[in-house]
Amino acid sequence: MTSFALWGAIETGLVFAFVGIGVYLAFRILDFPDLTVDGSFPLGGAVTAVLILGGWNPWAAMAAAAVAGALAGLVTAALNVWFRILHILASILTMTALYSINIRVMDRPNMPIMNAETVLTPFLHGTTPPAYIMRPIVLAVLVAIAVALVVLFLATDTGLAMRATGANKRMARAQGVRTGGMVFLGLALSNALVAVGGSLFTQTSRFADVTAGVGTIVVGLAAVIIGETLLPGRRILVAVIGCVIGSVIYRVAVQFALSADFLGLQASDLRLVIAVLVAVALILPRLRRGGSST
Amino acid sequence: MIAVEQLGVVFGRGTPLEKRALAGVDLTIPTGTFVTVIGSNGAGKSTLLGALAGDVIPTEGRVVVGGVDVTRRPTARRARLVARVFQDPLAGSCADLSIAENLALADARGHVRGLRLALPRRRRERLRERIAGLGLGLEKRLDDRMGLLSGGQRQSVALVMATLAKSEVLLLDEHTAALDPGMAEFVMGLTQKLVAEEKLTTLMVTHSMRQALDYGDRTIMLHEGRILLDVEGGSRHDLSVEDLVAMFRKTRGQTIDDDALLMG
Repeated sequence: MTSFALWGAIETGLVFAFVGIGVYLAFRILDFPDLTVDGSFPLGGAVTAVLILGGWNPWAAMAAAAVAGALAGLVTAALNVWFRILHILASILTMTALYSINIRVMDRPNMPIMNAETVLTPFLHGTTPPAYIMRPIVLAVLVAIAVALVVLFLATDTGLAMRATGANKRMARAQGVRTGGMVFLGLALSNALVAVGGSLFTQTSRFADVTAGVGTIVVGLAAVIIGETLLPGRRILVAVIGCVIGSVIYRVAVQFALSADFLGLQASDLRLVIAVLVAVALILPRLRRGGSST
Repeated sequence: MIAVEQLGVVFGRGTPLEKRALAGVDLTIPTGTFVTVIGSNGAGKSTLLGALAGDVIPTEGRVVVGGVDVTRRPTARRARLVARVFQDPLAGSCADLSIAENLALADARGHVRGLRLALPRRRRERLRERIAGLGLGLEKRLDDRMGLLSGGQRQSVALVMATLAKSEVLLLDEHTAALDPGMAEFVMGLTQKLVAEEKLTTLMVTHSMRQALDYGDRTIMLHEGRILLDVEGGSRHDLSVEDLVAMFRKTRGQTIDDDALLMG
């Protein structure tokens, strides 16, 4: 693997770290298997592309993407909390609807933003370090800010109430926690983060595509699980950093598998590689525990 | 004060499995009274407790806690008024959260939860003092996961959790039933101490006649969804478990086939 490819993999890994943290919030904190992310990821990208091309400041476009993602999360929460639809099914409904909505947002299935300003471009004008190294550095700073905010939030009274909602709903209610409200808040936050990931994906790859969301949940889960395997422990800070490291390592591993010529893989094998890697990541911790089920 | 008026609960109404769990229960518990509730399986003890806690929405009647009609309020919206310890030691706390985090959650019961840090130094020290009062050495383990504690320790912490924030009534749902005898005695001693210190209005459901008579100021026996017996003061003081059994037989004209009721 060339160093150019390695930095590229790190860059993609950092973009998907937002997805990892979002999936961690829904899956691990709220215990809510939320497939909305497959729709809110391209939604974030679509909103960003349309607004940047419409002349918006890229930061404002990214904030709007976060709001759009949060709204998608609220729809899933409403289906589950108000109408008692099974959590995973509620999220699949939103995800399905978002496919059409994303095409409506862009008015077409994909949208390039070739030379437009992005949140990254102001940092890329110098020649040292080169852009392919500078991009991951800027992304790393953004990821660090997200990690800090999420970890701080989970240490507040409201954050604690959200963790209790995922861990023990009956106890949470007895302590006066409105567990339904926590599902709304948690899914909004989770999908806002995923949409920011989608927004950055569009800004780094310079296109938005309605199919970019397929398998987002798998990628996010992979980040969470690889993180948990490499950085075990119950501390929230460790777990959230684990999501970031898991996301980067996962991308580097995929890149390595694709560029190892002796394996004879081609780009279209990516999804097979992803599925195999996630399956391995899911199986490894189980083997380590001596085959007991979770 | 708690006032239960003509409380009726029917489960599965209109189905072949229709079951009347409570049939017109009237009960007034003055502030500061410790009431023990006894009855055989299916007598309606848990349903009565559930109706007070918010888990069971009554079919008819009213539940008033501290002057507030809470009959149809869901659990979370009446938590300001109602504190509770569950029978299952695992049910009352979060295993994956630390002892301190569980305490902070309970400390905020009845308050609006904002974006302040849950465990600033001052609150942490206050919680540490409270947990030190147990004498179990848990004040040194504030950051340990709750799941590492034994059932008895968890139940003791749950009692402290229930008394951290103010409430109009403390509900104890056979909270020593899952513990070994030594630990059960410790938790009951702790219960008595906390209830006396905080002058709590308390309703304790128990399976043991002995426990029902030994603790509290007043004992209620439920049978088939009705109050069968309601004793307090001197007449209760003179009552023995045998008397209770005899009284039960006389009133109902039948024998008690629930061994658990006679044990302890």
